[in-house]
Amino acid sequence: MKRLLKYNEFYLAVLVVVLCICITAANPAFLTPENILSFLKTASVNGIMAVGVLFVLIVGGQPDVSFTAIAQVVEYAVVLATLRWGGNIAIALVGACILGGLMGSLNGFVIHYFRVTTIIVTIATLNLYFGLLYVFTGGNVIFVVPSMFKHFATLPIFPMHGANGSTYDFSAMTLMWFAALLLGWFILKRTYLGRSIFAVGGNEVAAQRLGINTLWVRVFVFSFVGVLSGIAAIAHTSIVLSAIPNIIVGHEMEVIAAVVLGGASLFGGKGTIIGTFLGVLLFAILQNGLVLLNFSSYWYDVTVGLAITIGMTVSSYQQLRVRRSRVNVKVEQVAVS
Amino acid sequence: MPTMDDFLRLRNIHKSFVGVYALKGVDFSLRSGEIHCLIGENGSGKSTLIKIISGVQPADSGEIWVSGTRVTRATTSEMIRAGIQVIYQDLSLLPNLTVAENIAFAELVKARRAMVHWPKIREIARAAIARIGVNLDLDAVVGELPVGLQQMVAICRALTGELKLLVLDEPTASLTKGEIDNLIKVVRDMQSRGITIMFISHKLNEVLAIADRVTVLRDGQMVGTIDRSELTNDRLIEMMAGKVLKQTRFTYADGHRKKLLEVSHLTKANNFADISFDLYEGEILGIAGLIGSGRTELALALFGIAPADSGTIKVGGVERSIESVQDAVAAGFAYVPENRLTEGLVLKHSVGENLVAAIIRQLVSPVRLIDEKRRDNTIAEWIRSLSIRVAYPEVAVQTLSGGNQQRVVIGKWLATKPKILILDGPTIGIDVAAKSSIHQIVRDLAAQGTGVILISDEMSEVVTNSNRLLLMRAGRIRAEIESATVTDTDVQAMVEAAA
Repeated sequence: MKRLLKYNEFYLAVLVVVLCICITAANPAFLTPENILSFLKTASVNGIMAVGVLFVLIVGGQPDVSFTAIAQVVEYAVVLATLRWGGNIAIALVGACILGGLMGSLNGFVIHYFRVTTIIVTIATLNLYFGLLYVFTGGNVIFVVPSMFKHFATLPIFPMHGANGSTYDFSAMTLMWFAALLLGWFILKRTYLGRSIFAVGGNEVAAQRLGINTLWVRVFVFSFVGVLSGIAAIAHTSIVLSAIPNIIVGHEMEVIAAVVLGGASLFGGKGTIIGTFLGVLLFAILQNGLVLLNFSSYWYDVTVGLAITIGMTVSSYQQLRVRRSRVNVKVEQVAVS
Repeated sequence: MPTMDDFLRLRNIHKSFVGVYALKGVDFSLRSGEIHCLIGENGSGKSTLIKIISGVQPADSGEIWVSGTRVTRATTSEMIRAGIQVIYQDLSLLPNLTVAENIAFAELVKARRAMVHWPKIREIARAAIARIGVNLDLDAVVGELPVGLQQMVAICRALTGELKLLVLDEPTASLTKGEIDNLIKVVRDMQSRGITIMFISHKLNEVLAIADRVTVLRDGQMVGTIDRSELTNDRLIEMMAGKVLKQTRFTYADGHRKKLLEVSHLTKANNFADISFDLYEGEILGIAGLIGSGRTELALALFGIAPADSGTIKVGGVERSIESVQDAVAAGFAYVPENRLTEGLVLKHSVGENLVAAIIRQLVSPVRLIDEKRRDNTIAEWIRSLSIRVAYPEVAVQTLSGGNQQRVVIGKWLATKPKILILDGPTIGIDVAAKSSIHQIVRDLAAQGTGVILISDEMSEVVTNSNRLLLMRAGRIRAEIESATVTDTDVQAMVEAAA
């Protein structure tokens, strides 16, 4: 039991449970399968991108802020392409991955070859991609998207029946989120590449001395977050059934905060999939809770801020206690006469 | 031709960087199974030599022979394959990963497999740990281990391949006495298995204790290699500095001087207990003790950085409460810290800015703006009186040599006209020649009436530069002795004596 207390994720899980209990007490509609599946669906967009952001934080501590722009561009590009040339959801997904991966890899190359810090480079690409999107599309909203997206969103997966006879099911988007989490976990824990990502994040010089190719590690990480952003874009389109050019951009901080709250260190080398999942889940529950409790959605930002403050304070306090308990001098006890 | 006995032979190695030569015509050899120490000042070319041996840097010219065969392309992988591993001072460990992973990572890289097999990692780690018989928890996070154990992890990692030569770069820099003993045990054990060890150290007492042979480098050239039988401290110093440095003892002109400082029963939990001593004008009081004896903690308490829990401090007969650095400075204390780079200087600032940092408030015009003329004059005065070698005061202090940097730190504090100057490890990492000139500055200071407390773990420094000596161990003062009555080996033995 004591070992559990060491983990940031444990406190987060407790917080999530407490929050669920409080919200359910105020509005029992929270803990119903329909509601849960619903907010899991809407959270999937942020959730998928969060897995990518986790990888970036592990490799270097500094967050990537361009992933929302990549998602935005991919969303638009895929919708326009499918409107023009048709196709099916699978092709759309593949296209999204390729485009997202390429856009992300640019970050990796620039960071490595020009030795510029992650945050500066990604601020640049954020503006670059987002700006170019507006230049080429004029900022027009696309209200009608190909029906493939609607079909994708309503794919019946594990259909269940509700109390009053209505049917609901797991959405494909939620499944994509869980798949991303699983993939992320697998890479980080079971592959040499994943361990290299941790190594570079822990001590880049030592990693180089060991023979790890830091260029390819970085390019992989940034391409990966690009690919995931592309997939998130498809998920987003399937949910809102439109392409709005400025709706994903603006959420970078929220996603990063969720990942950091989940235990990823801003110094690099630390972070877990389960923490990232819990972080995103927490914010999703907060948002859903506000709706169910009839609070104005403007309160959302306030609660996000509070959650981050409390989370950071707790984890800081933990670290301080570890540091203070380290004894530097063993003072010899002498019998005082 | 290299003899059969030589594991490694370097002939006529030259290396220069951008026109400045780092190594010139160096001939160096290592006999199989010996413990060989390489010593030299900062800038002597030690690190460059290590980098050439490990393959990180290629030599400009010269030959490298390993086990009798000429090495044509000395790359890192080539040298690792030849069985040469270097453990740098920073240990090059991955602090966020576990012991098992750190030890096995090198093997992972070599195996080039996409997937990680955790049981295999534990197996590799366990095997390496067993080879040196140290107690390491496979799942401990390396960054949380004490430095001594981290070093063991680094050594285990070196053992995962076929190790023939282990190079240790300043391995004992931050180790406690117990950890140093453990390291020496492990090193001797490896020697008995036929592994050659090369130690780079500037701690002459350690070198004298374990080296089979010692090589001295100076200004990029080999001064010579001497065998254990001819090793003496003075011989080494002479080879390192290039001249004979006379070590005279500090003498205290006694005669009922004023009592500057009276410390009574100073105590701080987990730091030190029941510390009492006096300090008179013109004295240099040495405090000798190993890491973990509480000596630095005592200095931090006197200077208000980590104030004591109980006890009294009287300066000039007046009791002072020292709860902060401001209190300490107001009471007349000055403190030259152990880590001059991180605690004594603002590295990116100029020499001038660092020098006046503590007294800048006094260098203002009536309108409370900085009086630039007075400031510049003060800076020039201190540069002159402390002989700080710098082209002009605007130069960033990080470009100075260690000895000159330390003069800047001392100058900064002397400018506050302190009554009591506390020096903690003042000549760590400073060249042998520069060391004695800093000692001279301190002696002159004492002669002018300042009380000096000199804390150091270099016994020769503290014995020859003080008139009285306090021995600290486990947070308490064990003895107070007249420096003239002891030698550094005596004192070394006294601070190490088991509780």
